Amino acid sequence: MLYALLCYNFESVVGCWSKEKDDAVMAKHAAVAQEFAARGKLGPVARLMPTTTAVTVRAGPEPLVVDGPFAETKEQLLGFYVFDCAELEEAIEAARSLLEETGALEIRPIAAFYPGTGLK
Amino acid sequence: MNGGRTSKGRENAVLYAILCYHDEAEVGAWPKAKDDAVIAKRRLVTDKLAANGKLGPVARLMPTTAATTVRSGREPVVIDGPFAETKEQLLGFYVVDCAALEEAIETARQMGREESGMFEVRPIRYFAPGSGAT
Amino acid sequence: MSDVAWIDAALTAARPQALGALLRYFRDLDTAEEAFQEACLRALKNWPVNGPPRDPAAWLILVGRNVALDEKRRLNRHEPLPAEELVSDLGDAEASLIERLDSTHYRDDLLRLLFICCHPELPATQQIALALRLVSGLSVKEIGRAFLVSESAMEQRITRAKRRVAEAEIPFETPGAPERAERLAAVAAMIYLLFNEGYSASGGTVHVRVPLCEEAIRLARLLLRLFPSEPEIMGLAALLLLQHARAPARLDADGAIVLLEDQDRGRWNRAMIAEGLALVDKAVRHRRPGPYLVQAAIAAVHAHAPRFEDTDWAEIDLLYATLERLQPSPVVTLNRAVAASKVRGPAAALAMIEPLAAPLSGYFHFFGVKGALLMQLGRGEEARVAFDRAIALANTTAEAAHIRLHLDRLMKDSQPA
Repeated sequence: MLYALLCYNFESVVGCWSKEKDDAVMAKHAAVAQEFAARGKLGPVARLMPTTTAVTVRAGPEPLVVDGPFAETKEQLLGFYVFDCAELEEAIEAARSLLEETGALEIRPIAAFYPGTGLK
Repeated sequence: MNGGRTSKGRENAVLYAILCYHDEAEVGAWPKAKDDAVIAKRRLVTDKLAANGKLGPVARLMPTTAATTVRSGREPVVIDGPFAETKEQLLGFYVVDCAALEEAIETARQMGREESGMFEVRPIRYFAPGSGAT
Repeated sequence: MSDVAWIDAALTAARPQALGALLRYFRDLDTAEEAFQEACLRALKNWPVNGPPRDPAAWLILVGRNVALDEKRRLNRHEPLPAEELVSDLGDAEASLIERLDSTHYRDDLLRLLFICCHPELPATQQIALALRLVSGLSVKEIGRAFLVSESAMEQRITRAKRRVAEAEIPFETPGAPERAERLAAVAAMIYLLFNEGYSASGGTVHVRVPLCEEAIRLARLLLRLFPSEPEIMGLAALLLLQHARAPARLDADGAIVLLEDQDRGRWNRAMIAEGLALVDKAVRHRRPGPYLVQAAIAAVHAHAPRFEDTDWAEIDLLYATLERLQPSPVVTLNRAVAASKVRGPAAALAMIEPLAAPLSGYFHFFGVKGALLMQLGRGEEARVAFDRAIALANTTAEAAHIRLHLDRLMKDSQPA
């Protein structure tokens, strides 16, 4: 069963992490990803740029383009993983390992998935 | 003056995530015909990208009623539901390889024409396609 | 990994919002600062034990507010009930109420704090010092070190700035729209100045000054979150990111400057470049080029060139032409001439800079560029005169070394006339 793990945290806090902290977090993420990859259960992984680089298109008869993320939220979506897990508990364990002192990970089962044509 | 990205080498090429936000109560109430029509329309848009090898992973997420959130704290706490209550919910995403921001925006515009919801276009800092689990 | 490391980041990140809110409640900078300081001390004791609060900023505001109110009550114990103005009009609200109310004030609280730091009555040095102390939360010692002055001298500078702020009677009400637009430029200018303090560092001071670049970038991102649709603020953030991205290649092991043409581009920070380019992409959509955005676009052209030799000088020449229109100055024309020389040749560039001789007669870089152009034209003796003039005018050893680098390079590349 495919699950998306959506990583949320305060961008402002993450932006204040020391290099050591940042490296440690990245190492932790790499370890979790590697664990899934070794079993052939790792789907796409994405780390997004900050919400200051976002643009939002509001659907409608004539779509409107607005600078910024879809909404101002206290914590921002920083990135996501797609994991193939035998059951929800496995995804929860993965989320626990990725958790920082602030923020949250939202686990969402994937209803439909298409891997794409293979990007470079 | 342009962003200049279209010129020369690919060392600064960037992928974009198109994050789809909708009122899931509204989407959940769509009859199958409407749902199929929206999907078909989206596919028309992304087929062009796919034909050029520019379409990455696409995911449709189950609604937030199916979500589980692991929250930080003294002890990590597992709760049912999304990480926050918002008017619109993240219901899916596309990863696309566009030559410039404008192209990603245009893709989202086409998806959103005559539709509802919001499409957030966010450049991706790091992407890995995965080990073929999917 | 110590507990304190992540708390530090959370406190620093929450600082502008929390201090801004406390300033709104108490209408006094010292009270707000002390309250915030005390709240931080409590966080350092409390959070490792009880875990982090869901919203660190709201926690700090609530605790800071209560701490300051308790202090006021303690001081006023033998006096009549405090006047309406002294007590927050929220009464004893719960944390969630505070959180809801503060989110509506969030933007204005931040703006007010930034505007106070960048008040026109304050000279640039005081603006920067105040911003680093109040918004970035650097200690007075750290700020002093970064600006190569003693801690007590920096303490005085900050005290003077606060006194001026108090005397100028900065209004604590919400800044109105016209004021907001006007003061935005002042805040941007302060951030840019701060960045350059770090960017211009070389030699032994590098390690204490380069962090100023990072602070400036953080402040620029903060400003951008407040003004998400302003292309010039996108441009400012992009410019800082694109320039700072070169830092790993810009300074050698001794902290000496490595010229752009000699930098190992493999060491450029590609994530920063990507973010900077993404911001330029967004900004150009507004079709309102301003000086920061144009400069960012110039930096973007460099970022796109895999090697110095691949630089699109024609594009840079065009961008400088735009910059000349937006912000005419002899220095801009001088910089344009460097690009122009690659496109139209050194003779054309020399003609461009001749009229600048008078206004730039004291600027070492003018003579550096002139010398380089003369060298390319095979006018060796005149070039040597220009370079000597440049070195004589150099204000710092770094600038002199800069010219000598050019001189060495050109001596190496050119044949004797």
